[in-house]
Amino acid sequence: MAGTLFTPEVLTGVLATGIRLASPLLYAALGEMFAQRSGVFNLGVEGIMLMGAFTSFLVAFSTGNLWLGLLAAMMVGLLMGLLMAFVSVSLRAKQGISGIGIYILGWGLSALFFRLTLGSITTVSGFEPVSISVLSQLPFLGPVLFRQNILVYLALILVPVSAIILSRTTLGLQIKAVGENPEAVDSLGVNVYGIRYLCVTLGGIMAGLGGAFLTIGQMNMFVDNVTAGRGFIAIALVYFGRWNPFGILGGALLFSVLDALQMWVQVLGVALPYELLVMLPYVLTIVVLALAVGRAGGPAALGKPYVRGGA
Amino acid sequence: MKNAIWLQRRSIFLNLLVPILAVLVAFAVGAILLLMAGANPLVAYKPLFFGAFGSRFGITETLVKATPLLLVGLGITIAYRGNVLNIGAEGQLIAGTVVCTWVALAFHLPGALLLVLAMLAGSLAGALWGAVPGLLKARLGANEILITVMMNSIALLGLGYLIRGPMIDQEAVAFGTGYPQSALIPPAAWLPKLSQTRLHFGFLIALLCAALVYIFLWRTALGYQIRAVGANPEASRYAGIDVPRNIVVAMFLSGALAGLAGAIEVLGVHHRLLDGISAGYGFTGIVVALFGKLHPLGTVPAAFLFGALLVGADMMQRAVGIPAGLVNAVQGLVVVFVVSSEIFTQRRG
Repeated sequence: MAGTLFTPEVLTGVLATGIRLASPLLYAALGEMFAQRSGVFNLGVEGIMLMGAFTSFLVAFSTGNLWLGLLAAMMVGLLMGLLMAFVSVSLRAKQGISGIGIYILGWGLSALFFRLTLGSITTVSGFEPVSISVLSQLPFLGPVLFRQNILVYLALILVPVSAIILSRTTLGLQIKAVGENPEAVDSLGVNVYGIRYLCVTLGGIMAGLGGAFLTIGQMNMFVDNVTAGRGFIAIALVYFGRWNPFGILGGALLFSVLDALQMWVQVLGVALPYELLVMLPYVLTIVVLALAVGRAGGPAALGKPYVRGGA
Repeated sequence: MKNAIWLQRRSIFLNLLVPILAVLVAFAVGAILLLMAGANPLVAYKPLFFGAFGSRFGITETLVKATPLLLVGLGITIAYRGNVLNIGAEGQLIAGTVVCTWVALAFHLPGALLLVLAMLAGSLAGALWGAVPGLLKARLGANEILITVMMNSIALLGLGYLIRGPMIDQEAVAFGTGYPQSALIPPAAWLPKLSQTRLHFGFLIALLCAALVYIFLWRTALGYQIRAVGANPEASRYAGIDVPRNIVVAMFLSGALAGLAGAIEVLGVHHRLLDGISAGYGFTGIVVALFGKLHPLGTVPAAFLFGALLVGADMMQRAVGIPAGLVNAVQGLVVVFVVSSEIFTQRRG
């Protein structure tokens, strides 16, 4: 069995699949990283992803234009991000609970609209892999990295872009400062609420993109609860990656390659109940959370609503 | 003094008003959403609101659904009072159904004894399923919200595996049907019915639990400690309260109530283990707890209301084909509104 499992073809397949599976997690987790860096814990990512997944599918299905679908998912993500920002920043609601509300809302809405509009499971032809000319001919690296769809490339590019924004721009410094010590930053004239609104809304847009990836970049269909917990896993990856884009990339890849391996084991027909294999990513997330969180790290003002002029 | 009484009255009034307003606004938003999707909200809402009260069946069915909602809501209340955000009631409930069914099938005991044993075993299973994230939070500081969400998925997949594998009804398989469900538990271990409907004795157990949770939280030292830790962990630590231990205890009890809800679903309603046995009670229970303002006596009417809503949703889906997902969306809005409105009800000072 081990012999048939670890042929070079399978290894390439597992890694290529892993990178593809990592992309929706990357979108959602990088967005959540910005929200958390600014001090807001957005637990509604799963619900926003579900709405992004549904909206992009519906628009792509009815217009035949995948890019419009993507845009629609970003719009819905923006709106739900704004709602989360309004509730948690302006109304200073308990962030864990309000996020759960957003999650249940997105879950119910996506299921409701799916039944009312499409009614049954249909498919679209989603984003096709784009081979990058010479690079895709490279042995091993070619099929793993350079024969992916465009959304995968975009997700990978967003990692260094996020890192540069965070560490090399004024905005990035302000975001980090707002998440660490909002009182001090406020006294310097930085708009704390504005930065938090921006980050949470950006997180919403990215979660919408992550959801869109699932339906029009990976599965080419929408089913109820298509995200299957990926929004929550993305939040766990933010902890695992220590609020750092490259750390998040590492976590997403590790996680997704193991997930891909689990899928290949199923495909190869190894006699293990599939429920137990599908369970592995969730078990892994718990292990990751238990080991990685510890006490150090994390923005100091994470989860604490800010009141101008003191409470 | 007079002012203080007025403030107190005002706060009680607001505490009652806000959840009701939240539900009304949520339904108004729901109507707009239905219009956007091209459905007529009036057609949808008629069976949704009147389905539960239009018949004897509707009323008893509401109480059948209120039973697990009340138990789960009480458990969530204990956890949230201790500042532990337990999202894992769904998984804890499923753990309860699995172990309860297993005990009821595996042990050959006199009916009443088997019933009690299976109920306690289910409750214990939920308690342990809840204590794991409690321990991880208390000892390592791991985020309990994410861990309980993951444990929901694990429980759901575990249930799917068990009813297709080790726990599948062997007689049905031999007979050639082989639905993914367990064998029926012995009728002697079923919870007695309260009337000629599906309403069962478990409803009274749930009401009793509401009283017990109230006494626990407000009349015992342990309950006081949990509330103190929830209100102010730093101060509690200085006062000599063992904060980590209270987190674990709160999650254990929270899970025990969800597990009990699962056991009662098996013993009183389904009499076997099957797919979708929880029907999302673990999530609706969160809404029930928040709507009940995290007070055991508030959860009772909240459980009735959302039980009625679930019954109405079934009827709406059957009568006019509006999917029950609408009720989920409304529940999400209720949570958002209730939690956002705290800024208006809390006294500043």
